[in-house]
Amino acid sequence: MKTKLEQEEYFYGHKGCAGCGGSIAVRLALKVLGKNTLVVLPAGCMSAVGFVYPQLCFGVNALISPFASTGAMLSGLYVGAKALGLKDVNVVGFAGDGGTADIGLQALSGAIDRGDKIIYICYDNEAYMNTGVQKSSLTPYGAKTTTTPAGDRIHGGTYGRGSTSVKKDMFDIVTAHNIAYAATASIGNIPDYIRKVEKASKMQGTSYIHVAAPCPTGWGVESSDTVAIAKEAIDCGLWYLAEYEDGEYTLNRDVKEFTSVKEYLKKQNRFKHLTDEDIVAIGCQRDKKWKSLRKKAQ
Amino acid sequence: MSRRKVDKTFKISSIKDLPCGTYGKAMQLTETMEGWRNEAPIIDEKTCSLCNWCYLVCPEGVIYQEDKKMKIDYRFCKGCGICAKECRKKCIIMEREEK
Repeated sequence: MKTKLEQEEYFYGHKGCAGCGGSIAVRLALKVLGKNTLVVLPAGCMSAVGFVYPQLCFGVNALISPFASTGAMLSGLYVGAKALGLKDVNVVGFAGDGGTADIGLQALSGAIDRGDKIIYICYDNEAYMNTGVQKSSLTPYGAKTTTTPAGDRIHGGTYGRGSTSVKKDMFDIVTAHNIAYAATASIGNIPDYIRKVEKASKMQGTSYIHVAAPCPTGWGVESSDTVAIAKEAIDCGLWYLAEYEDGEYTLNRDVKEFTSVKEYLKKQNRFKHLTDEDIVAIGCQRDKKWKSLRKKAQ
Repeated sequence: MSRRKVDKTFKISSIKDLPCGTYGKAMQLTETMEGWRNEAPIIDEKTCSLCNWCYLVCPEGVIYQEDKKMKIDYRFCKGCGICAKECRKKCIIMEREEK
């Protein structure tokens, strides 16, 4: 690997569940960015597991922001660092999927509009895992959460099939702002993720990285399967690796032949209830998505 | 490489010990996590090729290379088993810990 990672651990001794995907994303990003980093964490898993007083697990300056204002606080930290004359400082925010796509979307939009040199990393575990698995707008179609339960007796079977809405496309929302750099990544492809964080740190404007980070607790997989299931999501086409820079889209991995969606879904407890029709519907959504992705990347 | 130090003697005995505001020292560790796990990873040094992949995939960051060996900081390992599953040489096994 070309990128030199720092030996030091900047996220250590945290209280995340065993096998936490989000903490892999945070830990590796901080190892790329190094000691001169200012971190903003809104309410979410990473702020909950990182700061349980007196156990404080960040080795860099880290602040907890109000839920809705990760983007605003990042801009504030950036101009604050500039006013103090601090050089070579990375300002990075780690927000979950709820803190990015639902609650913090407005502040993120404002931050991209201002175009400050900040990095916004969304670790996407596809529900509000910190509060006990509630649906967010990044929860995929069919996933069972506590607010979208599954079962024949729920609303006469009409709504008892998990999440009825499809995953919001944050990558498209962000690129529609004409952002300096945006990328999707996954902890199932770590070298690619590290390269993207490094690239983001060298950008002059705002960068956004959307990293898929499975949650063994909420997804209902073994704690040892976190990285493997993230990799499988890429292989079966339900997650994609793409980049956006200077108005150009790049598809980092154009999967020629997808592996079985059914196999991927049935490994997870949150999709156990899905019928064959549901799985066909998910396959159709995937094909539609990839058609538009390939068109854009041409 | 030195591992992070843990101050297990840290105690809040009165309100005066608490910080004056919602902040604290960076990387203040007062407890370890070995009680969280049932199984501990054991690395077979003979088959290990030092590819450092386990170091990258560990959510806790407890695996590290030192003196041409992969070492594990068992104080903070939660025994999730990602390293054993992801090891390409299959040289990490999870061993049940009896307490």
